[in-house]
Amino acid sequence: MMEKMIFGRYIPGNSFIHQLDPRSKLIFTFIFIIVVFLANNVVTYSFLLAFTLFVIFISRVKLYFLINGLKPVIILIIFTFFIHILFTREGAVILDLGFLKVYEQGLRQGIFISVRFTVLVLMTSILTLTTSPISITDGMEVLLNPLKKLKVPVHELALMMSIALRFIPTLMDETDKIMKAQMARGSDLSAGPIKDRIKAVVPLLVPLFVSAFKRAEDLATAMEVRGYRGGEGRTRYRQLKWDGKDTICVLSLVFVTALLVFLRN
Amino acid sequence: MDIKLQQVSFAYSVGTPFEKYALFDVDLNIESKTYQAIIGHTGSGKSTILQHFNGLLKPTKGQVHIGERIIEAGKKAKELKPIRQKVGIVFQFPEHQLFEETVLKDIMFGPMNFGVSEEEAERRAREGIKLVGLPEEVLEKSPFDLSGGQMRRVAIAGVLAMNPEIIVLDEPTAGLDPRGQKEIMDLFYKLHKERELTTILVTHSMEDAAKYADNIAIMHEGRCVLTGTPREIFSDSETLQKYRLELPRIVRFQRKIEQLIGKPLSKVCLTEEELAEEIARQKRKGGDE
Repeated sequence: MMEKMIFGRYIPGNSFIHQLDPRSKLIFTFIFIIVVFLANNVVTYSFLLAFTLFVIFISRVKLYFLINGLKPVIILIIFTFFIHILFTREGAVILDLGFLKVYEQGLRQGIFISVRFTVLVLMTSILTLTTSPISITDGMEVLLNPLKKLKVPVHELALMMSIALRFIPTLMDETDKIMKAQMARGSDLSAGPIKDRIKAVVPLLVPLFVSAFKRAEDLATAMEVRGYRGGEGRTRYRQLKWDGKDTICVLSLVFVTALLVFLRN
Repeated sequence: MDIKLQQVSFAYSVGTPFEKYALFDVDLNIESKTYQAIIGHTGSGKSTILQHFNGLLKPTKGQVHIGERIIEAGKKAKELKPIRQKVGIVFQFPEHQLFEETVLKDIMFGPMNFGVSEEEAERRAREGIKLVGLPEEVLEKSPFDLSGGQMRRVAIAGVLAMNPEIIVLDEPTAGLDPRGQKEIMDLFYKLHKERELTTILVTHSMEDAAKYADNIAIMHEGRCVLTGTPREIFSDSETLQKYRLELPRIVRFQRKIEQLIGKPLSKVCLTEEELAEEIARQKRKGGDE
């Protein structure tokens, strides 16, 4: 179960997207998230979806793998879809079951929101799948640098993020291990009534928290021992390079935005 | 209860770019009431294979027979609980699985999951804590207030309290001090003898394998490459070297002695006592060495 989660994982590769500077990818993803909200009709949403599929295509991340990994989010998408179907009461009634009326606007909104959700999740997954966590934080740190003037602890934030990302797989493995140990002791997470299942989470969470805290402490000690003292005067081994590809990437976003503005109602 | 692996292959993350085979066509027969050691280098598939013994992992290809049950690739395995009760696994660093408020409750967790009554579970916990060599007062403490070694013992007691017929041990002594290591290993050997517990020890300690096991299986890069009694396995140091494994310390010592006296002893000795006896015998016989 755990090994199917793609959240926070990085798949090494050499596609166009992989080669981009993390800064351009971050800018792209960040603005894309905002731009998605410009879409408000069938044409714009279809365009967004097509564009996302195009990005997935050039990133050479396998589609079935993405979809498989997105299963947990799909539940959320379906849920929001039905919320809209049930609660939006505008436009003509297209389905009347007596106790339940489905309105045209409800269906429309439901589909739009689901598409928006899918596009957002896919695009952000592409970012994390094609960029190593270290590059992401490097890019993030550089991009946020101007905020230092406002006393925002940019370096610390970037460090926190890189540690968090770095430990996602570790904690997943840990969860898997503890889960197996408890399953071997007869605990059952996947069967029985909901009440029992919730109870079965305790033997999982307590050891997980204990080990996460221990790890954090060990990490802090290890960093201190090696002379870590914050971002002041710290040089970097990996230098970021902005080249033509990155400019193309950002320009493509300008194009997308222009098209959306033009096509929306 | 026998465990039989037939042509078992296993891959992690099937159907993703991370798909990776960890086991290839493993055949292994573990007879009831024997002490089986599985040795191999890091990454040889030892830990993967042990999770097949109670259905935590399902083979990607092949079959696993656990007593009467068959777990087969491609078929849904239901109702694994009875198997998990009969096959107890002590994982590497089992102290990481402790979670309850008190040691007593933690030891009772296993048996109660398998439907044992509270009184019986408590009785087993009291028996188990003595078995692993801890005082009964520990039962009322929080497991997180104990030392690492004590936590390990509590975790082991938790598995023993399930009353398994087969016990699978994954590096049970990793990270313990030498004395603690010996105590734990002796405990499992005693249980093996007294309760006729089928014991499967996954280890990279040649010494433990030589000392305790009836049979040894060697894993190398996901394959089970060699099986035999310790004496057979450790007679052939060249094959061992091929799999990046060493002889047990005592056998290496014997080899040195043999070099010194210029002729081999009549058999490979697996414990200090055995070697001493063998040398004494040799001396009585030869007289002039």
